[in-house]
Formats: sequence, C-alpha cells, structure tokens
Amino acid sequence: MSVVVATSLADAVAALAAQPHSTVLAGGTDVMVDLNAHHAQLEHVVLVNRVPELCTWRFADGWLEIGAGVTWAQVQRELSRWVPALAEAARTVGSPQIRHAATIGGNLGTCSPAGDGLPVLAALDAVVHLVSSAGERALPVGEFMVGPKRTALRAGELITRVVVPVTTGFQGYAKVGVRNAMVIAVASAALVVDEGTVRLALGSVGPTVLRCPQAEQFATDHLSTGMSDAEVARFAELARDAARPIDDHRATAAYRRHAVGVLAARLMQRAITRGRAS
Amino acid sequence: MLHVNGEAFEVRDAAVGESLLFVLRERLGLMGTKGACEQGECGSCTVLIDEQLVCSCLVLAAGAQRQRITTIEGIATETPTDVQRALVDAGAVQCGFCTPGLVVAAHSLLERSPRPSESEIREELSGNVCRCTGYGRIIDAVQRVAVSRASAREVGL
Repeated sequence: MSVVVATSLADAVAALAAQPHSTVLAGGTDVMVDLNAHHAQLEHVVLVNRVPELCTWRFADGWLEIGAGVTWAQVQRELSRWVPALAEAARTVGSPQIRHAATIGGNLGTCSPAGDGLPVLAALDAVVHLVSSAGERALPVGEFMVGPKRTALRAGELITRVVVPVTTGFQGYAKVGVRNAMVIAVASAALVVDEGTVRLALGSVGPTVLRCPQAEQFATDHLSTGMSDAEVARFAELARDAARPIDDHRATAAYRRHAVGVLAARLMQRAITRGRAS
Repeated sequence: MLHVNGEAFEVRDAAVGESLLFVLRERLGLMGTKGACEQGECGSCTVLIDEQLVCSCLVLAAGAQRQRITTIEGIATETPTDVQRALVDAGAVQCGFCTPGLVVAAHSLLERSPRPSESEIREELSGNVCRCTGYGRIIDAVQRVAVSRASAREVGL
C-alpha cells in the first residue's frame, strides 16, 4: 500500500494521474472503516484533507462554492445562512467526531443512498465539479449520482467542489432513523422552494437519491394559493409514489415509503407556515 | 514523525495503512486511548487533532504528521482534572472503558461552551457511547464542572 499526502490540488491531480485507480481519502469516515475491518485492500491512497484549495468555501454572485474537503462541522457552523437545509443535514451526520472529519466531497464520492447531504444537494440542483490531468468538467448532481455507491467519477478524477444556488425561499431537511444521534437515515427528504418553484428529493428510499417530478409540479401549481391539508396530503402521496424502497436490515420497504411521505408533508407544512409568516 | 501531547515521536516499523489509534497504542504505548468498534461509532478512541474532536480509529496515521495530536494523557497529566473528579463524584464511571474518550470530549465541549444546556451536552457527547451509566450521571458531571468553573471565575480564581 502506498500513501501520497497531497498538499496542493496540483499534487493530488498528479498523484491520481500516476495511479488512476487510487482511493481518495479525505475525512476517512468511510474508507478507514473498511480498512480497519480488512474489507478493503487498498493499493494506492491519495490523502486530500491537507489540500488547502479543497477546504474552503466562498459566496459569489448568488452562488455558493463549497470545496470538496469542507467538513460537515464547517457546513453546520459556517454555512447555515446560505444553505440552511444543508446545515440542518450536516447536524445529523454521525456525531461531532464524525462531522469534524467527514467532508461534503466524501459524501458525494461514497454516494450512499442514505448520505445525509445528498438529498439537499439534489433539491438545490447542485453542480459537482471534477478535475483530472485531462482537465475539468462539471456535472449536475443528479447525473453524478448513478446508483448505490456508484458515481460518474472516472478513474483519475477528483471532486473539487460543489456549487449551489443561494435561494431565498424555504428550504429544509428531515430524516427518520432509529435514534436521534449517530444514525444512518432510514428515510430522508429535502424540500426547497425557489422563486415559487418546489423541488423535493428523497434519500434512503431508492438506489440513489430520487427527485419527485410529479410531487414538485403539483406543489409548484398549488403553493402560491396556499395549500390545503388535502393538497399537502396529495403532495405526500406523490412523494411516496416516487420512492423505490427496498427491505433491508434497517427497515422494510413499506415503512420507508410511509415515512418518506410523512417527512415530505412535514417539510411542506413548515414551508407553508414560513410563507404565512413572511 | 507524530506530534503528540507536545512531544515529537519518531514512529518506527509502522505499516502504512495503520490507524492513528493503532499507532498511539501499539507503537507509542499510549494506552489511555481505547479501541472498540473501529468504525467511528463508539468514541472510545476520541482524541483532538489541531483542537478538533475526532475518532483516532478513522485517522490514517501516515496522514497525521505535522498535526497537533492531543490524547487523554495530554489532558489528564499527574493529578485528575476537574472533569475526571466530577465524573467520579457523580458516579459516572462504572466499567470505565468509555471514560478517557468522554473526558477528552467533555473538556473540548466546555472549552467551546462554558455553560452548556442539557440538550447541548447530549448532542455534543452523542459520539461517545456508554453502556453502563445511561448517561444521566455523565451529564450531571459535566454540569457540575460548568457550575464550579463559573463560580471560580466569579471569585476571580
């Protein structure tokens, strides 16, 4: 096993060009678990948590650029005014110990269907920026996430940053797990209201994060007139219909489908209450 | 070369994939940091790296060079700290396995937030699992420290 401790983006790209099938290690909260359990035999590792270019964020022209190495503790602490739903999701990632190490780029790279940040990024229409020795490219997060723990990342490519629009309407994240802390989502949902357009993304209820076009269209058509309880219930039903859950050791498919409808309705109620207040 | 508790340690004979937890215990003989789940779930291996609370089992030791690592041995030196005394006084130490990680986490919490609420304590210590106490006495101990530090500040100690 070889380890390259990259200290600049150029270093990291060069190391990945030399060994394109290297494992990229940032916070270690996924990779080290496999390594400790001897599930993974890693041949080449490129450590990127010392790359300054990856560990910063900036706001410019209505967009927030978040470096892939920004930790969930930073998102929780520093980004709540720009992306409140992402900060809410950050607060539910693991424990303080995990949040100090785990990064937004790692969440994307691992691409677990249960990744807490991913429904929010999907609902925000985030764009993922990648770099390799061949150059840069950018992908909408919905195209980046291909399946369970599968992404569009090519050999030798590195996630550099994720770019999200800063919106002014309601945004929120909700999650169901077996306990309050240190828990993997059994079902999760993120709702974003952007200039009257509603976007809803679901986590842990499909092979990867799912958007809900029918629920989104229904809510966009009805939100401006204020939604009735029956309309919120219909929105939740359309969200449940969009889910493609499976039975596993954490929950049954039926429970997940039910739970994600409850979360969608709860978030929509919050959005309506917020709309009345403002 | 690792910088632990203000000292520089040359690490010899380590394999490149070893975790910081393994190196601390097996290479440097610092046995205060405990290992249990090795998945980041239990917090018994909690240390500070550059003042940030992390699980040492999830840190690649090779990548922790040139960072400031603080273990329980660096926090609790010769005499027990106020947090340790409070844990004993509150009856919050039973088997004791989670205690070193909890002491590190509690010190870190009280540095950042001198008068934490109960819910804040629960949230901040949520990464440290204790299977004996049910947490009530641990929270009690942290609150005792917060109160005694506040009254010490008031009288200018």
